[in-house]
Amino acid sequence: MSDLLPFLVAAPIAFSVAALLVGIARSGTGWYVALAAMGLQTAIAGVLAVRAFTTGTIRYVVGGFEVPFGIELVVDGLSASMLVLVAVVGLGVLAYARQAGPRSNPFYATYLLLVAGLSGMCLTGDVFNMYVFLEIVGLTAYALVASGDSGRSAVAALKYLIVGTVGASLFLLGVGYAYIATGTLNMADLAVKLADVGYTSTLVQTAFAFVVIGLFIKVAVFPLHTWQPEAYAGAPDSVSGLISALVSTVSAYALVRVVLDVFTPSFLAANPLARDLLAAGAMVSIVAGSVLAVAQSEIKRMLAYSSVSQFGLVLGALAVTNGTALVGAAVHLFGHAVMKGGLFLTAGLIGTGSGGRTLDGYDGLGERMPVASAAFAVLAFAMVGVPPAVGFMGKWYIALGAVEGQLWPLAAVILLSTLLTLAYFARLVERMYFRDPAPAAASEASAEAEAAVVTDGGRVSLGMYAAVVAAALLAVVLGLAVAQYGQLLEPTVQALLS
Amino acid sequence: MIPFLDNHLYYVATFLLLGIGAYMMISDRNLVKKIIGMNIFQTGIFLFFIAAAFLDGATNPVLSQPGPYVSPLPHVLILTAIVVGVSLTAVALALVVRIYSEYGTLETDVLAEVRADE
Repeated sequence: MSDLLPFLVAAPIAFSVAALLVGIARSGTGWYVALAAMGLQTAIAGVLAVRAFTTGTIRYVVGGFEVPFGIELVVDGLSASMLVLVAVVGLGVLAYARQAGPRSNPFYATYLLLVAGLSGMCLTGDVFNMYVFLEIVGLTAYALVASGDSGRSAVAALKYLIVGTVGASLFLLGVGYAYIATGTLNMADLAVKLADVGYTSTLVQTAFAFVVIGLFIKVAVFPLHTWQPEAYAGAPDSVSGLISALVSTVSAYALVRVVLDVFTPSFLAANPLARDLLAAGAMVSIVAGSVLAVAQSEIKRMLAYSSVSQFGLVLGALAVTNGTALVGAAVHLFGHAVMKGGLFLTAGLIGTGSGGRTLDGYDGLGERMPVASAAFAVLAFAMVGVPPAVGFMGKWYIALGAVEGQLWPLAAVILLSTLLTLAYFARLVERMYFRDPAPAAASEASAEAEAAVVTDGGRVSLGMYAAVVAAALLAVVLGLAVAQYGQLLEPTVQALLS
Repeated sequence: MIPFLDNHLYYVATFLLLGIGAYMMISDRNLVKKIIGMNIFQTGIFLFFIAAAFLDGATNPVLSQPGPYVSPLPHVLILTAIVVGVSLTAVALALVVRIYSEYGTLETDVLAEVRADE
């Protein structure tokens, strides 16, 4: 059964090459190849998740090189959740991209490579291997952001590339320090040997600082977030949906994995400054992201800044380091991916259907596009944290964990952030349902809509609606399953904390 | 020579390269020079790994030879990192070509002006 692990990385890569090769013979086949690959990916991830939750951690040694020397793939409860998330969101966005996205075969090939990289980051049990997958994710994400028609997406992608490279390089530098200190790269082995070296050794502290700052850039923690709004707003709609849902999420997963699995909670206990750094980064991100989001008038930029704030919550849970907060972090990572991916897709759908891409464009939208508006409103309220949506459950567990861990400032900031989130989503919902489109704006909007149809080269399709409505339903339904999921995750969380 | 430099020569060189690279990425206005800065930044890290593996008086890592040998693993890791760096540079240059054909400039200040007019 453990032989299935490498297929999660190998299969998308093989299908990606297939998409390119088939594309030489017949263009327009890329979507079907990608659909087959993502279907297979979802099936394998599902089987592995069931196994990981019923029988515990699954390990696979790549190429038969025994463990401290070779590369190991590991699936526990947390990585299994992330693998399922990557596969399901990949499949959902693919349904959307059929009409909306750049529809060339190279686009689908890159799409599959991104999925391979993300799955690899979730799977790997080796820090250098994680760097390589981090760069695969980076490279493909830059290429996907640049796949838009306008020059704007190329500029956004270049900015993303330069900042992202610095982040990954700092991560590599941190890996170098850890390697010098211990002589090993395997995560489980590192955890033991770092403890032998001593958590207050300067080498180990420097390694931690570089690795964490490098991943902060990838997660887009304030003030290292500058690449994100540009990249998300400049990318084509389906790409913003995909990368907003997955790239930062998997980087945040990597951060949780490295901090708790490699450096372990004892490191945080021995270095209060490191814990303070995490908590401070979390709180500043939560507040600053929300405030910046309120200040935006372009919808996709607003959603991007909102991500900065939401990942602050996950970081906060990591700083708290107790069971409740970690379950909250896992739930919030999962929920945020569904909600934020859904919001970006809905914003793209509304932009394509009505031409509205700014706050003013949403006036009276409830009458013109009822289904899309309803989905947007549901996802927005889920994001704010209205029970029983998954956004509420994640925040609830993290806040509860902060209270249990006596980290009162964080609990207060989480409550404050809920109000700020409400501030930027409520005004949109108010515009959609309680305002009439101004007559001049309406004619302008329809003219804009025609222009948008021409430039995007597509219309609103059933697949786009299906993806958006599925995201809205999932955001609500997942919230009801959180209690059971928390129990399933219990052994993994215990293992991470011990 | 100052004893600190004697003992930490590679280390100082590494952080000089990192500093030069970071400075170029931040303050150079030409996009291609920014990418060169990015390359210098990565080179600093390559040097860091290679220097970490180096041992004074050590030989090739061949089992039959006596004496201390240089750890081969960092070299292999850096080989991978170099490949990653080359791919990144290629993607970055491809993006620069697109930006140039779209806006007709590589200077960030001119670019900001052109984009503000859009």
